[in-house]
Amino acid sequence: MFGRLTQEAFVHEDSQNMAVLSMLLGGIMLMALLFYLKRWRWLWEEWITTVDHKKIGIMYIVVVLIMFMKGFGDAIMMRIQQLFSVGDSHGFLSAGHFQEVFSAHGTTMIFFVGMGVVFGLMNLIIPLQIGARDVAFPFLNAVSFWLFTAAAMLTLVSLAMGKFSTAGWLAYAPLSSLKYSPDEGVDYWIWTVQIAGVGSTLGGINFLATILKMRCPGMQLMKMPIFVWSSLCALVLILLAFPILTATLFMLTLDRYLDMHFFTVDGGGNYMMYVNLIWAWGHPEVYILILPIFGIFSEVVPTFSEKRLFGYVSMVWALIIIAFLSFIVWLHHFFTMGASPNINAFFAITTMLIAIPTGVKIFNWLFTKFRGRVLFTSPMLWFFAFLLNFTVAGMTGILLSAPPVDFQVHNSLFLIAHFHGMVIGGVLFGFFAGFTYWFPKFTGFMLDEKLNRYAFWCWMAGFLLAFMPLYMLGFMGATRRLDHYAAETGWHPLFAIAAFGAFIILCGASIQLFGLFWSIKHRKKLWDHTGGNPWNGRTLEWSIPSPPPIYNFALIPVVDQIDPVWAQRDQRQDLSERKYEDIYLPKNTATGFYIGLWSLIFGIAMVWYMWWLAIISFIAILVLMIMRLSGDDPHDKITATQVQADELAHRRGFQI
Amino acid sequence: MSKSLTIHHQDTLEDHPDTRSPDTHQDPFAKTVFGFWLYLMTDCLLFATLFCTFAVLHNSTYGGPSARILFHLPTVFGETMILLFSSFICGCSMLYALRNAKTKVMLCLIVTFLLGVSFLFIELSEFTDIVQGGHSWQDSAFLSSYFTLVGTHGLHITFGMLWIAVMIAQIYRLGVTTNTFRRLAVLNMFWHFLDVVWIFIFTFVYLMGVI
Repeated sequence: MFGRLTQEAFVHEDSQNMAVLSMLLGGIMLMALLFYLKRWRWLWEEWITTVDHKKIGIMYIVVVLIMFMKGFGDAIMMRIQQLFSVGDSHGFLSAGHFQEVFSAHGTTMIFFVGMGVVFGLMNLIIPLQIGARDVAFPFLNAVSFWLFTAAAMLTLVSLAMGKFSTAGWLAYAPLSSLKYSPDEGVDYWIWTVQIAGVGSTLGGINFLATILKMRCPGMQLMKMPIFVWSSLCALVLILLAFPILTATLFMLTLDRYLDMHFFTVDGGGNYMMYVNLIWAWGHPEVYILILPIFGIFSEVVPTFSEKRLFGYVSMVWALIIIAFLSFIVWLHHFFTMGASPNINAFFAITTMLIAIPTGVKIFNWLFTKFRGRVLFTSPMLWFFAFLLNFTVAGMTGILLSAPPVDFQVHNSLFLIAHFHGMVIGGVLFGFFAGFTYWFPKFTGFMLDEKLNRYAFWCWMAGFLLAFMPLYMLGFMGATRRLDHYAAETGWHPLFAIAAFGAFIILCGASIQLFGLFWSIKHRKKLWDHTGGNPWNGRTLEWSIPSPPPIYNFALIPVVDQIDPVWAQRDQRQDLSERKYEDIYLPKNTATGFYIGLWSLIFGIAMVWYMWWLAIISFIAILVLMIMRLSGDDPHDKITATQVQADELAHRRGFQI
Repeated sequence: MSKSLTIHHQDTLEDHPDTRSPDTHQDPFAKTVFGFWLYLMTDCLLFATLFCTFAVLHNSTYGGPSARILFHLPTVFGETMILLFSSFICGCSMLYALRNAKTKVMLCLIVTFLLGVSFLFIELSEFTDIVQGGHSWQDSAFLSSYFTLVGTHGLHITFGMLWIAVMIAQIYRLGVTTNTFRRLAVLNMFWHFLDVVWIFIFTFVYLMGVI
């Protein structure tokens, strides 16, 4: 009945029990709050069943914040463990639990924070920037989101039921094979990543079709905002890379469930093939995360330099070249595999080549600021921090790309410091910049600038304190995934500094969270009185009210250049003369939510070998899909008079 | 091509009450077909990955039988012919849909379905023969990759048949409308794609296996 699920699965170490208990308490309190405020119907009708890209984008960001707290908790646990687990002391985590924590940290941060940020921002921004009323396939968009959320929930379930993978965030074979990881941990990892990956592929298809098919009249490819261009490149990468992940996980699943021999040590399997395949996806994946972030900075820097972006065309080509190169560098993640020097040299050179288009982008941003009127708002502060950290981490990446150096520091903390510089200094700082920049567009009020600055300085100082020591520790020989080390190594002071840095970062993150609630509470004071363009932005999302009406654009805009809002800002239009038309929008549906729910059940059933439940949930997903796809595509109608009334009301509220 | 198809098709639909997309800014036919092309490309890469692993592992027989001993070409040639023919018939359903010939469309789909059944039947009996001969997927990396690659294609055919069944029911209930026409077009793309993948399997797995 319950497969291999026994009572033992619910017995955990104290630290994990605490986490589960606080998760349950938090959940119960949230539910009680919803009952108290009588918000269940609102939650269901306005959010859970929605197919509106703006609301789905906001829900992505909410899930990201929740998963970020989890991943960050993992990070803090690792820092504390490495602070205390020296010599005779063994810290507060057992070796096995420590392995779970670092595997969960990587999986959470890449799949649910990184990918969530990418898809969240694409949802929020792309349709607005290309002058569209929605994405190409609104229902599919909801399905992608709920698959993403189901996968995120599956990692949380692994906290309470059984254990998570101990094989690292990429579950290298043969460690992840049934022989060496016989319990449910790797299965949790497989189904988490598989479900999230399918959601990402579907999302990738959706947004690529949106960008290529739904741009407003006049917006040729070379007139698209850079954020759209960078997303386009990332989406092409998603479409090319994620199927490899799906196939690889599928084969690992077959190895573990049907006793096949793709990646096993015996039976003629080839486990280095797993490492090749997973990085053939994994390297493009890191560019999927960073390319949209380049796009964000390309929006933020010109706006706060009050100047057009320097070198638009070179920016676009740099993006395309980076996207291309990202597919021919994957072997640099395992130079130590023992391929021939010629092969290693090829991948070393292609890796170094990436520095050139990236350098082009850095200089483009710098030249954009040159002789501009640079405003030191908090998005710009994040940009400066990004510039410093990304360049440092990029240079260490060039170091790592030389095979002789790589052999010395492979899998050491030097590598950890390098890629955290890229992911925190790049992706996360970029997200914070974008979050602050676009926050007023979707809420109507700004984030508190002073608290933002406090948070920024904490993050900046904390990041340097937490990760610079890791470069040194890497040179001193400290490897990644250490749950214990000898006192004679002399590493303790540096680990102590890193732990201190992590706590400064914690302060920064807490201030941000507090700032979010503070700004919501004081939203009257922070209200954006400009009617939708507080920063003097230049792309189409700033031409409409904030928060945008459900149909985004009352009239589909026509553009003839890259910065349409700057070109039009002085032309006042008489609203009464505009001719409005009826707008049709897709109706809400709960099918996406149900598909996500059944996917979660399917994941749990597969992890615990509950075959009957797996079959039922799979059939349920099929039936839901068939029912939805063979029905009519129902639409709601908003009449032209209604649209006109909305527009006039908005304009009266903000008479400029 | 897609545009001419819809325009041509809309002429034939003049007097049909229809659920044509109400939003004049959107062309659901072009969007859906394009989106489905993108999906097919991702599926293509999924198969490409499986082909790669087969290429790497096809000599790892681990003391077991190799492709030359296991495969029986005439059967596989028969499967290929069945699938090619089913693709042709499936294509005919599109031509009849353009002429709004509901019964003939259904007939074509039913024939396609039956051809799909016979293809799957032959494939499954081939699989059982190999397994009953004492060579299951657990015996060697070569057999694992063989069963996975060919089996994944078979799984796609199975889902394609489920889709065809649903399509027949829709055509029966709704006739040829813009909605069902669009779905039929996409189904055709899917079925032809599986045919192309099979040609590659036939060449790389079977023909090159027995050389």
